[in-house]
Amino acid sequence: MEFSGADLIRAAALLGAGLAMGLGAIGPGVGEGYAAGKACEAIGRRPEEAGLLTRTMLVGQAVSESTGIYSLVVALLLMFVVQ
Amino acid sequence: MAFDHVTWIKAASYLGSGLAVGFGAIGAALGEGYTAGKANQVLAYRPRMSGDILKTMLVGQAVAESAAIFALVISMLLVFGGLGGPTPLSAWAYLGAGLAAGLSAVGSGVGSGFPAAAACEGIGRQPKASGQVTLIMLIGSAITQTPCIFGLVIAFLLMFVDFSAKPYYPYWAALLGAGLSTGLAAIGPGAGGGLVGASACKSVARHPEAQRPVTTAMLVGIGTTQSTAIYGFLISLILLFKSFPASTSYVPSFALLGAGFAMGFGGIGPGIGEGITGGYALDQVGRIPEKATLLTRTMLVGQAVSESTGIYSLVVALLLVLNA
Repeated sequence: MEFSGADLIRAAALLGAGLAMGLGAIGPGVGEGYAAGKACEAIGRRPEEAGLLTRTMLVGQAVSESTGIYSLVVALLLMFVVQ
Repeated sequence: MAFDHVTWIKAASYLGSGLAVGFGAIGAALGEGYTAGKANQVLAYRPRMSGDILKTMLVGQAVAESAAIFALVISMLLVFGGLGGPTPLSAWAYLGAGLAAGLSAVGSGVGSGFPAAAACEGIGRQPKASGQVTLIMLIGSAITQTPCIFGLVIAFLLMFVDFSAKPYYPYWAALLGAGLSTGLAAIGPGAGGGLVGASACKSVARHPEAQRPVTTAMLVGIGTTQSTAIYGFLISLILLFKSFPASTSYVPSFALLGAGFAMGFGGIGPGIGEGITGGYALDQVGRIPEKATLLTRTMLVGQAVSESTGIYSLVVALLLVLNA
Protein backbone atom coordinates (compact mmCIF):
# COMPACT_ATOMS: atom_id res chain seq x y z
CA MET A 1 0.00 0.00 0.00
CA GLU A 2 1.42 3.31 -1.08
CA PHE A 3 1.06 5.98 1.51
CA SER A 4 1.89 9.58 0.79
CA GLY A 5 1.27 12.66 2.91
CA ALA A 6 -1.10 14.13 0.31
CA ASP A 7 -3.17 10.94 0.43
CA LEU A 8 -3.42 11.06 4.19
CA ILE A 9 -4.58 14.68 4.08
CA ARG A 10 -7.17 14.02 1.39
CA ALA A 11 -8.46 10.88 3.16
CA ALA A 12 -8.82 12.79 6.43
CA ALA A 13 -10.59 15.66 4.65
CA LEU A 14 -13.15 13.28 3.12
CA LEU A 15 -13.78 11.42 6.38
CA GLY A 16 -14.07 14.81 8.06
CA ALA A 17 -16.61 15.93 5.46
CA GLY A 18 -18.76 12.92 6.24
CA LEU A 19 -18.54 13.44 9.99
CA ALA A 20 -19.19 17.19 9.66
CA MET A 21 -22.40 16.76 7.73
CA GLY A 22 -23.56 13.74 9.66
CA LEU A 23 -23.09 15.11 13.16
CA GLY A 24 -24.10 18.60 12.08
CA ALA A 25 -27.45 17.35 10.86
CA ILE A 26 -28.53 16.03 14.26
CA GLY A 27 -29.23 19.32 16.01
CA PRO A 28 -31.22 21.18 13.33
CA GLY A 29 -33.30 18.08 12.68
CA VAL A 30 -34.36 17.78 16.31
CA GLY A 31 -34.70 21.54 16.85
CA GLU A 32 -36.78 22.22 13.75
CA GLY A 33 -38.99 19.28 14.57
CA TYR A 34 -39.60 20.67 18.06
CA ALA A 35 -40.46 24.10 16.61
CA ALA A 36 -42.91 22.52 14.18
CA GLY A 37 -44.42 20.42 16.94
CA LYS A 38 -45.09 23.44 19.13
CA ALA A 39 -46.57 25.24 16.10
CA CYS A 40 -48.98 22.33 15.57
CA GLU A 41 -49.93 22.52 19.24
CA ALA A 42 -50.59 26.26 18.96
CA ILE A 43 -52.64 25.86 15.78
CA GLY A 44 -54.71 23.25 17.57
CA ARG A 45 -55.56 25.82 20.24
CA ARG A 46 -56.03 28.80 17.89
CA PRO A 47 -56.80 27.40 14.40
CA GLU A 48 -57.78 30.90 13.18
CA GLU A 49 -54.17 32.07 13.66
CA ALA A 50 -52.75 29.28 11.49
CA GLY A 51 -51.18 31.69 8.99
CA LEU A 52 -49.30 33.71 11.61
CA LEU A 53 -48.19 30.57 13.45
CA THR A 54 -46.93 28.83 10.29
CA ARG A 55 -44.99 31.96 9.33
CA THR A 56 -43.37 32.22 12.76
CA MET A 57 -42.58 28.50 12.70
CA LEU A 58 -40.81 28.86 9.35
CA VAL A 59 -38.77 31.87 10.52
CA GLY A 60 -37.73 29.99 13.65
CA GLN A 61 -36.84 26.90 11.70
CA ALA A 62 -34.82 28.92 9.19
CA VAL A 63 -32.65 30.20 12.06
CA SER A 64 -32.33 26.70 13.47
CA GLU A 65 -31.36 25.46 10.01
CA SER A 66 -28.30 27.71 9.93
CA THR A 67 -25.99 25.28 11.74
CA GLY A 68 -27.01 22.56 9.31
CA ILE A 69 -26.04 24.84 6.44
CA TYR A 70 -22.70 25.61 8.13
CA SER A 71 -22.07 21.85 8.24
CA LEU A 72 -23.03 21.49 4.60
CA VAL A 73 -20.70 24.33 3.59
CA VAL A 74 -17.81 22.87 5.61
CA ALA A 75 -18.45 19.42 4.15
CA LEU A 76 -18.43 20.80 0.60
CA LEU A 77 -15.26 22.80 1.35
CA LEU A 78 -13.52 19.70 2.67
CA MET A 79 -14.59 17.70 -0.36
CA PHE A 80 -13.93 20.14 -3.16
CA VAL A 81 -11.77 23.06 -2.02
CA VAL A 82 -9.02 22.07 0.40
CA GLN A 83 -6.00 20.36 -1.07
CA MET B 1 3.20 -8.91 14.16
CA ALA B 2 1.22 -10.36 11.28
CA PHE B 3 -1.89 -12.49 11.57
CA ASP B 4 -3.53 -14.58 8.88
CA HIS B 5 -6.98 -13.62 7.60
CA VAL B 6 -8.74 -16.44 9.51
CA THR B 7 -7.65 -14.82 12.78
CA TRP B 8 -8.83 -11.40 11.68
CA ILE B 9 -12.23 -12.76 10.53
CA LYS B 10 -12.79 -14.62 13.81
CA ALA B 11 -11.79 -11.61 15.86
CA ALA B 12 -14.05 -9.29 13.87
CA SER B 13 -17.07 -11.56 14.05
CA TYR B 14 -16.74 -11.90 17.84
CA LEU B 15 -16.33 -8.15 18.18
CA GLY B 16 -19.32 -7.60 15.88
CA SER B 17 -21.34 -10.09 17.89
CA GLY B 18 -20.64 -8.21 21.10
CA LEU B 19 -21.46 -4.85 19.55
CA ALA B 20 -24.70 -6.19 18.05
CA VAL B 21 -26.15 -7.47 21.28
CA GLY B 22 -24.62 -4.68 23.37
CA PHE B 23 -26.13 -1.83 21.38
CA GLY B 24 -29.25 -3.88 20.64
CA ALA B 25 -29.99 -4.33 24.32
CA ILE B 26 -30.05 -0.59 25.05
CA GLY B 27 -33.20 0.42 23.21
CA ALA B 28 -35.57 -2.41 24.00
CA ALA B 29 -34.68 -2.34 27.69
CA LEU B 30 -35.34 1.40 27.96
CA GLY B 31 -38.59 1.17 26.02
CA GLU B 32 -39.88 -1.78 28.02
CA GLY B 33 -38.87 -0.21 31.31
CA TYR B 34 -40.70 2.99 30.41
CA THR B 35 -43.81 0.96 29.52
CA ALA B 36 -43.69 -0.94 32.80
CA GLY B 37 -43.24 2.29 34.72
CA LYS B 38 -46.32 3.84 33.11
CA ALA B 39 -48.30 0.64 33.68
CA ASN B 40 -47.50 0.77 37.38
CA GLN B 41 -48.39 4.44 37.55
CA VAL B 42 -51.82 3.66 36.04
CA LEU B 43 -52.36 0.68 38.35
CA ALA B 44 -51.80 2.90 41.36
CA TYR B 45 -55.12 4.62 40.71
CA ARG B 46 -56.89 1.79 38.82
CA PRO B 47 -55.94 -1.40 40.69
CA ARG B 48 -59.09 -3.18 39.50
CA MET B 49 -57.93 -3.02 35.87
CA SER B 50 -54.76 -4.96 36.55
CA GLY B 51 -55.66 -7.70 34.02
CA ASP B 52 -56.20 -5.33 31.09
CA ILE B 53 -53.22 -3.14 31.88
CA LEU B 54 -50.92 -6.12 32.36
CA LYS B 55 -52.03 -7.56 29.02
CA THR B 56 -51.46 -4.28 27.17
CA MET B 57 -48.09 -3.81 28.85
CA LEU B 58 -46.91 -7.30 27.88
CA VAL B 59 -48.12 -7.00 24.27
CA GLY B 60 -46.38 -3.63 23.90
CA GLN B 61 -43.18 -4.89 25.51
CA ALA B 62 -43.18 -7.93 23.23
CA VAL B 63 -43.18 -5.67 20.16
CA ALA B 64 -40.36 -3.56 21.63
CA GLU B 65 -38.41 -6.72 22.43
CA SER B 66 -38.39 -7.82 18.79
CA ALA B 67 -35.74 -5.19 17.98
CA ALA B 68 -33.40 -6.72 20.57
CA ILE B 69 -34.19 -10.23 19.34
CA PHE B 70 -33.09 -9.30 15.81
CA ALA B 71 -29.80 -8.08 17.25
CA LEU B 72 -29.46 -11.27 19.29
CA VAL B 73 -30.04 -13.42 16.19
CA ILE B 74 -27.28 -11.59 14.30
CA SER B 75 -25.03 -11.85 17.32
CA MET B 76 -25.53 -15.63 17.60
CA LEU B 77 -24.99 -16.10 13.86
CA LEU B 78 -21.73 -14.16 14.08
CA VAL B 79 -20.49 -16.49 16.82
CA PHE B 80 -21.91 -19.86 15.77
CA GLY B 81 -22.80 -19.38 12.09
CA GLY B 82 -19.59 -20.94 10.84
CA LEU B 83 -18.76 -17.75 8.96
CA GLY B 84 -15.48 -17.35 7.22
CA GLY B 85 -13.97 -16.19 4.00
CA PRO B 86 -10.94 -16.40 1.78
CA THR B 87 -9.84 -12.77 2.33
CA PRO B 88 -9.67 -10.38 5.28
CA LEU B 89 -12.51 -8.41 3.63
CA SER B 90 -15.01 -10.65 5.43
CA ALA B 91 -13.74 -9.31 8.76
CA TRP B 92 -15.04 -5.84 7.86
CA ALA B 93 -18.33 -7.30 6.59
CA TYR B 94 -18.96 -9.07 9.94
CA LEU B 95 -18.03 -6.00 11.94
CA GLY B 96 -20.42 -3.96 9.77
CA ALA B 97 -23.17 -6.56 10.22
CA GLY B 98 -22.87 -6.36 13.99
CA LEU B 99 -22.97 -2.57 13.95
CA ALA B 100 -25.97 -2.49 11.58
CA ALA B 101 -28.01 -4.91 13.68
CA GLY B 102 -27.03 -3.43 17.04
CA LEU B 103 -27.32 0.29 16.31
CA SER B 104 -30.57 -0.07 14.36
CA ALA B 105 -32.22 -1.80 17.32
CA VAL B 106 -31.61 1.20 19.63
CA GLY B 107 -34.20 3.54 18.10
CA SER B 108 -36.89 0.98 17.40
CA GLY B 109 -36.59 -0.48 20.89
CA VAL B 110 -36.98 2.89 22.62
CA GLY B 111 -39.61 4.01 20.12
CA SER B 112 -41.88 1.00 20.49
CA GLY B 113 -41.99 1.57 24.21
CA PHE B 114 -43.68 4.99 23.81
CA PRO B 115 -46.95 3.78 22.18
CA ALA B 116 -47.12 0.88 24.64
CA ALA B 117 -46.79 3.25 27.61
CA ALA B 118 -49.36 5.67 26.16
CA ALA B 119 -51.73 2.75 25.53
CA CYS B 120 -51.53 1.61 29.17
CA GLU B 121 -52.23 5.17 30.25
CA GLY B 122 -55.08 5.57 27.77
CA ILE B 123 -56.78 2.31 28.70
CA GLY B 124 -56.57 3.28 32.35
CA ARG B 125 -58.28 6.58 31.59
CA GLN B 126 -60.87 5.25 29.11
CA PRO B 127 -61.38 1.50 29.70
CA LYS B 128 -64.19 1.30 27.13
CA ALA B 129 -61.82 2.26 24.32
CA SER B 130 -59.35 -0.52 25.09
CA GLY B 131 -59.93 -2.29 21.75
CA GLN B 132 -59.31 0.82 19.65
CA VAL B 133 -56.30 1.86 21.74
CA THR B 134 -54.71 -1.60 21.48
CA LEU B 135 -55.22 -1.61 17.70
CA ILE B 136 -53.58 1.78 17.16
CA MET B 137 -50.75 0.86 19.53
CA LEU B 138 -50.03 -2.27 17.48
CA ILE B 139 -50.06 -0.35 14.18
CA GLY B 140 -47.86 2.41 15.60
CA SER B 141 -45.28 0.16 17.23
CA ALA B 142 -45.17 -2.20 14.25
CA ILE B 143 -44.27 0.66 11.88
CA THR B 144 -41.71 1.87 14.43
CA GLN B 145 -39.92 -1.47 13.96
CA THR B 146 -39.20 -0.75 10.25
CA PRO B 147 -35.78 0.89 10.80
CA CYS B 148 -34.51 -2.10 12.73
CA ILE B 149 -35.74 -4.42 9.98
CA PHE B 150 -33.63 -2.38 7.53
CA GLY B 151 -30.69 -2.99 9.87
CA LEU B 152 -31.44 -6.71 9.94
CA VAL B 153 -31.58 -6.87 6.13
CA ILE B 154 -28.24 -5.05 5.75
CA ALA B 155 -26.68 -7.31 8.41
CA PHE B 156 -27.84 -10.42 6.52
CA LEU B 157 -26.54 -9.01 3.22
CA LEU B 158 -23.17 -8.26 4.82
CA MET B 159 -22.95 -11.76 6.29
CA PHE B 160 -24.16 -13.85 3.39
CA VAL B 161 -23.30 -12.02 0.15
CA ASP B 162 -19.90 -13.10 -1.14
CA PHE B 163 -17.64 -10.06 -1.44
CA SER B 164 -14.39 -12.03 -1.59
CA ALA B 165 -13.73 -11.28 -5.27
CA LYS B 166 -13.73 -7.53 -4.59
CA PRO B 167 -10.50 -5.55 -4.10
CA TYR B 168 -9.61 -5.03 -0.44
CA TYR B 169 -9.10 -1.28 -0.99
CA PRO B 170 -11.63 0.45 -0.93
CA TYR B 171 -14.16 -2.32 -0.15
CA TRP B 172 -13.25 -2.64 3.52
CA ALA B 173 -14.63 0.88 4.00
CA ALA B 174 -17.70 0.28 1.82
CA LEU B 175 -18.71 -2.71 3.97
CA LEU B 176 -18.11 -0.94 7.27
CA GLY B 177 -19.81 2.22 5.94
CA ALA B 178 -22.85 0.19 4.84
CA GLY B 179 -23.31 -1.13 8.37
CA LEU B 180 -22.85 2.32 9.95
CA SER B 181 -25.17 4.10 7.52
CA THR B 182 -28.23 1.91 8.10
CA GLY B 183 -27.46 1.31 11.77
CA LEU B 184 -26.99 4.94 12.81
CA ALA B 185 -29.70 6.35 10.52
CA ALA B 186 -32.22 3.96 12.07
CA ILE B 187 -31.84 5.44 15.56
CA GLY B 188 -33.76 8.68 14.92
CA PRO B 189 -36.68 7.36 12.87
CA GLY B 190 -37.19 4.53 15.35
CA ALA B 191 -37.44 6.86 18.33
CA GLY B 192 -39.40 9.50 16.37
CA GLY B 193 -41.94 7.03 15.01
CA GLY B 194 -42.62 5.95 18.58
CA LEU B 195 -43.39 9.54 19.66
CA VAL B 196 -46.01 9.84 16.89
CA GLY B 197 -47.52 6.47 17.80
CA ALA B 198 -47.70 7.43 21.48
CA SER B 199 -49.64 10.62 20.78
CA ALA B 200 -52.00 8.68 18.51
CA CYS B 201 -52.74 6.23 21.35
CA LYS B 202 -53.36 9.11 23.73
CA SER B 203 -55.69 10.81 21.23
CA VAL B 204 -57.74 7.69 20.52
CA ALA B 205 -58.14 7.10 24.25
CA ARG B 206 -59.37 10.66 24.69
CA HIS B 207 -61.75 10.61 21.68
CA PRO B 208 -62.43 7.03 20.56
CA GLU B 209 -64.81 8.36 17.88
CA ALA B 210 -61.87 10.16 16.21
CA GLN B 211 -60.14 6.87 15.49
CA ARG B 212 -60.24 7.31 11.73
CA PRO B 213 -58.68 10.82 11.38
CA VAL B 214 -56.12 9.95 14.07
CA THR B 215 -55.08 6.75 12.30
CA THR B 216 -54.72 8.56 8.97
CA ALA B 217 -52.69 11.41 10.48
CA MET B 218 -50.54 8.91 12.40
CA LEU B 219 -49.71 6.94 9.26
CA VAL B 220 -48.75 10.14 7.41
CA GLY B 221 -46.68 11.37 10.38
CA ILE B 222 -44.81 8.09 10.99
CA GLY B 223 -44.30 7.60 7.26
CA THR B 224 -42.52 10.95 6.96
CA THR B 225 -40.49 10.21 10.09
CA GLN B 226 -39.13 7.01 8.54
CA SER B 227 -37.70 8.82 5.51
CA THR B 228 -34.15 9.24 6.84
CA ALA B 229 -34.00 5.53 7.73
CA ILE B 230 -34.81 4.86 4.08
CA TYR B 231 -32.00 7.20 2.98
CA GLY B 232 -29.61 5.31 5.25
CA PHE B 233 -30.75 2.00 3.81
CA LEU B 234 -30.33 3.39 0.28
CA ILE B 235 -26.75 4.58 0.93
CA SER B 236 -25.95 1.15 2.42
CA LEU B 237 -27.26 -0.63 -0.65
CA ILE B 238 -25.23 1.67 -2.92
CA LEU B 239 -22.09 1.04 -0.82
CA LEU B 240 -22.67 -2.72 -0.99
CA PHE B 241 -23.51 -3.12 -4.64
CA LYS B 242 -21.93 -0.26 -6.61
CA SER B 243 -18.64 -1.41 -8.10
CA PHE B 244 -15.62 0.59 -6.99
CA PRO B 245 -12.29 0.28 -8.80
CA ALA B 246 -9.35 -1.14 -6.85
CA SER B 247 -7.35 1.74 -5.42
CA THR B 248 -3.77 2.21 -4.42
CA SER B 249 -4.39 4.97 -1.90
CA TYR B 250 -6.45 5.51 1.21
CA VAL B 251 -8.51 8.32 -0.32
CA PRO B 252 -11.44 6.35 -1.83
CA SER B 253 -11.69 4.17 1.28
CA PHE B 254 -12.08 7.13 3.58
CA ALA B 255 -14.57 8.78 1.20
CA LEU B 256 -16.79 5.68 1.47
CA LEU B 257 -16.42 5.50 5.25
CA GLY B 258 -17.24 9.22 5.38
CA ALA B 259 -20.38 8.59 3.31
CA GLY B 260 -21.52 6.00 5.84
CA PHE B 261 -20.94 8.38 8.76
CA ALA B 262 -22.57 11.34 6.94
CA MET B 263 -25.80 9.54 6.20
CA GLY B 264 -25.80 7.54 9.42
CA PHE B 265 -25.39 10.42 11.87
CA GLY B 266 -27.36 12.72 9.56
CA GLY B 267 -30.41 10.49 9.79
CA ILE B 268 -30.67 10.72 13.57
CA GLY B 269 -31.77 14.34 14.04
CA PRO B 270 -34.50 14.63 11.40
CA GLY B 271 -35.97 11.33 12.54
CA ILE B 272 -36.31 12.48 16.15
CA GLY B 273 -37.41 16.00 15.17
CA GLU B 274 -40.10 14.85 12.77
CA GLY B 275 -41.31 12.47 15.44
CA ILE B 276 -41.66 15.34 17.93
CA THR B 277 -43.62 17.33 15.33
CA GLY B 278 -45.87 14.37 14.57
CA GLY B 279 -46.43 13.80 18.28
CA TYR B 280 -47.65 17.35 18.96
CA ALA B 281 -49.77 17.33 15.78
CA LEU B 282 -51.42 14.04 16.74
CA ASP B 283 -52.24 15.36 20.23
CA GLN B 284 -54.17 18.20 18.58
CA VAL B 285 -55.83 15.97 15.97
CA GLY B 286 -57.21 13.98 18.89
CA ARG B 287 -58.40 17.14 20.65
CA ILE B 288 -60.08 18.74 17.60
CA PRO B 289 -60.53 16.06 14.93
CA GLU B 290 -62.44 18.49 12.67
CA LYS B 291 -59.20 20.45 12.14
CA ALA B 292 -57.28 17.32 11.12
CA THR B 293 -56.58 18.58 7.58
CA LEU B 294 -55.12 21.90 8.73
CA LEU B 295 -53.02 20.15 11.38
CA THR B 296 -51.75 17.48 8.99
CA ARG B 297 -50.78 20.18 6.50
CA THR B 298 -48.85 22.17 9.12
CA MET B 299 -47.24 18.98 10.37
CA LEU B 300 -46.03 18.10 6.88
CA VAL B 301 -44.63 21.61 6.23
CA GLY B 302 -42.77 21.51 9.55
CA GLN B 303 -41.48 18.00 8.95
CA ALA B 304 -40.33 18.93 5.45
CA VAL B 305 -38.17 21.75 6.84
CA SER B 306 -36.82 19.41 9.50
CA GLU B 307 -36.05 16.88 6.77
CA SER B 308 -33.73 19.33 5.00
CA THR B 309 -30.61 18.45 7.01
CA GLY B 310 -31.29 14.78 6.29
CA ILE B 311 -31.33 15.62 2.59
CA TYR B 312 -28.05 17.57 2.91
CA SER B 313 -26.55 14.44 4.48
CA LEU B 314 -27.88 12.30 1.66
CA VAL B 315 -26.37 14.69 -0.92
CA VAL B 316 -22.99 14.78 0.85
CA ALA B 317 -23.00 10.97 1.17
CA LEU B 318 -23.84 10.56 -2.52
CA LEU B 319 -21.10 13.04 -3.51
CA LEU B 320 -18.57 11.12 -1.39
CA VAL B 321 -19.63 7.79 -2.92
CA LEU B 322 -19.58 9.08 -6.48
CA ASN B 323 -16.17 10.72 -6.09
CA ALA B 324 -14.61 7.65 -4.46
